[in-house]
Amino acid sequence: MKGFQREDDFLNRRKHLEGLSDEELKKLFWDKIDQIVQPLLKMAKENTSPSIERSVLLRMGFSSIEADGLVDQMIDQGLMGYGAGHAVYLAAKQTDGDIRQAGLDMLDGKYWDEVAEQLKGGVK
Amino acid sequence: MKKLEPNVKLDIHEILKDLDQYAPKRRGWVWRNHEEIEMGGHVYKDASTPLKNSVAIPAGVGYFDNLDPQPKETITTEIASGRFEDDIRRMRMAAWHGADHIMVIRTAGQSHYDGLIEGTPQGIGGVPITRKQVRAHRKALDLIEEEVGREINYHSYVSGVAGPEIAVMFAEEGVNGAHQDPQYNVLYRNINMVRSFVDAAEAKKIMAWGDINQIDGAHNANATARDAWKVMPELMVQHGINSWFSEQSGIKPNNISLSTVPPTASPIPTLRYDLPYAVALRDFFDKYKMRAQMNTKYVTSSNREATVTHVLNMLISRLTSADIQSTITPDEGRNVPWHMYNIEACDTAKQTLVGLDGLMEMIELKSDGPLREKAREIKERAILYLEEMIEMGGYFESVERGMFVDSGEYPERNGDGIARQIDGGIGAGTLFKREANYMAPVTAHFGNNNTEQYGVDNEHASQLIGGDTFEVRDKIQYIDELDPEDNVNVRLKEKEAYRNTNLIMPEVEWLADGTVTIDLFLPVDAKVAKAAAIEYALDMKLEEVEVIHVEVMHPSEGTRVQVKGHTNHVVDTDQLEIPEEKAVLSDDELWAELETNRMKVVAGTIGEDEHSVGLREIIDIKHGGIEKWGIEVEYLGTSVPVQKFVDAAIEIDADAILISSIISHDDIHYKNMQKVHDYATERGVRDKLIIIAGGTQVTPEYAVEHGMDAGFGRGTKGAHVATALVERRREMNR
Repeated sequence: MKGFQREDDFLNRRKHLEGLSDEELKKLFWDKIDQIVQPLLKMAKENTSPSIERSVLLRMGFSSIEADGLVDQMIDQGLMGYGAGHAVYLAAKQTDGDIRQAGLDMLDGKYWDEVAEQLKGGVK
Repeated sequence: MKKLEPNVKLDIHEILKDLDQYAPKRRGWVWRNHEEIEMGGHVYKDASTPLKNSVAIPAGVGYFDNLDPQPKETITTEIASGRFEDDIRRMRMAAWHGADHIMVIRTAGQSHYDGLIEGTPQGIGGVPITRKQVRAHRKALDLIEEEVGREINYHSYVSGVAGPEIAVMFAEEGVNGAHQDPQYNVLYRNINMVRSFVDAAEAKKIMAWGDINQIDGAHNANATARDAWKVMPELMVQHGINSWFSEQSGIKPNNISLSTVPPTASPIPTLRYDLPYAVALRDFFDKYKMRAQMNTKYVTSSNREATVTHVLNMLISRLTSADIQSTITPDEGRNVPWHMYNIEACDTAKQTLVGLDGLMEMIELKSDGPLREKAREIKERAILYLEEMIEMGGYFESVERGMFVDSGEYPERNGDGIARQIDGGIGAGTLFKREANYMAPVTAHFGNNNTEQYGVDNEHASQLIGGDTFEVRDKIQYIDELDPEDNVNVRLKEKEAYRNTNLIMPEVEWLADGTVTIDLFLPVDAKVAKAAAIEYALDMKLEEVEVIHVEVMHPSEGTRVQVKGHTNHVVDTDQLEIPEEKAVLSDDELWAELETNRMKVVAGTIGEDEHSVGLREIIDIKHGGIEKWGIEVEYLGTSVPVQKFVDAAIEIDADAILISSIISHDDIHYKNMQKVHDYATERGVRDKLIIIAGGTQVTPEYAVEHGMDAGFGRGTKGAHVATALVERRREMNR
């Protein structure tokens, strides 16, 4: 399916650029780029994804397989918005603070209710 | 790990041993230094530090004692055989030929794999990028870089739906460069665009920690667009979006590289399009690095043509600038790169860049006229493009409306762009809004770590968990293999008989793959020639025969055909009769003998041959020629007639005649040797004269069959000839 078509109207469109120096043109280019990029960055700050949360768990010392299992459960439990690392951290706090053991226990189904309750309690 | 020795093959078993314990030697990208050097009696202005061990281009080996100056640009080679264990040997060969950026292509489909792949399964058109495979490569390169004496950057891809995880693994494993551009996901992999950008910010932040050089994916628009030269304004836009997004995510500008391709190729008047574009790009993007990719849009199965395109592309690199000079193998247009074509491409880059040394000290690009006018036009078109994107509502809206990879030269639109929906594509609907108390207790996290709620500031977020894998390497969980059938151990076993043993087979990608090519000219039209070429290959007992290149020389007079096939023939190197290389007498022995018994020779190039360089090397004292030991040379010049050699020898009472012949068509060199022998016999002096012939196409045994006392081929030095003269005279005196 053909989309929108248009003849080359460069000479008409460029009129407002005609008088600009090369430096002004460069500045304009980067201003426009910034206008397009800023909303994308804002969105990235406000959201997370399964891959981001798995990457957090990898850094916390879990294997790719363990990270995958934990994030699947985070999604099932509706807790993704709180951060998988957050959930594991809270689970570890329930015990002796061993992050890795807490995560492995969570893969076995432990601590989820307590963790969910704390997470949903909001910022402390 | 034991150091590599140039004469010892790399041992893959050594690389795989204790891999779970291996930590990369360093992390981060290393640029070549730029310095003026002096080497082999020449000054090089655009050079970098020479290598400790290397192989020069053939002219460097043949004429200049392995003279191998290294250009200032990082040189990339792309390796992608599907078996990482075989790629390692190619990396070593490429490093010896000047590559210091090894780009490993991923297996087809990895960008849609939601997570990390583990183990060492075999790939298609690349390798599955896994921790084990990456670690093995980096471990091998840690050794190879010590062998050649220069840091080697290892590179792969942080794209697809698992970008942040791959970035973590890369940072942990000391990967030095990576492609990361969310626009690539969106346009060419149909991955949901919102997800792509959210993931990209995290991935880039992690890459920044790993000091990983990030290369964008804009060059793909060039390869995809119908008319590549019309996509230039959009390329500027794509480069701009990714570069600024990267910098805002934390990557420093000198680790942000634009993947830029000269959009066209001859027979289009390529410099008229490509040079203004290159100038426009460098004007706008002067704070970032340029990775000059080679044009692949118009690559064909002709290796020669691909090489010329490569050279023209490098002319643009030098007329403007390039920090990384990529190479595409000249066989890219017909198969996944083969060993020797990686090497050819590295050599092409080295040869061209060294050849262009100091160019910009002598010339400059005009500051007015068509070059600047066209560059300005491209910039303005790019700005107009951005203005319309903003009018449409931003990036996502403009992708939905098919703004990208349209075949019109913007603002022209042909309505054939790649349109994606904001809620469509792989991974759509997988984003989660971060809650107010969202928290991530790790280093290099994009956005608010939010560990302050637990009393740790965001800058030190991982302290909350006692440090993460970036600080405490022992925390990394290493997975060896998951698939008992599809892994490196099984593959190694299959070919063990050929690994570092006396049994060999030809190969182009994988150990003992048996692939060979034959190159034929057949005096018939292309259709008939293809069929006939296959017939020849089958007669040579090749299997799985395939025509890989056809070029019409004339519609009826003939066709060039290249054919590939597989041989099953195994050569046992223990059973080979390898002629002993003749020992050379020492300087002292030669001096002792030639001082007391002086020797006179006449020398020249024979027949219609004007190529005197080789002969001068054999004669001249400054090249280590025979004059060094006091041999008196009567140089007869070039294109010397047969009779003159013998007549001159008689006239000055010479001991020997030295004949040089480069020209070899119709075996003219051997025919001339025979004539000299016959004429000397006729004049009755043959048994008193030593007659020696040399040239690049001379096979010693054939020279002797054609009446010579000795023959010398490629790589001959003065000492070889002096030794032959002395030994032959001793024989004659007996």
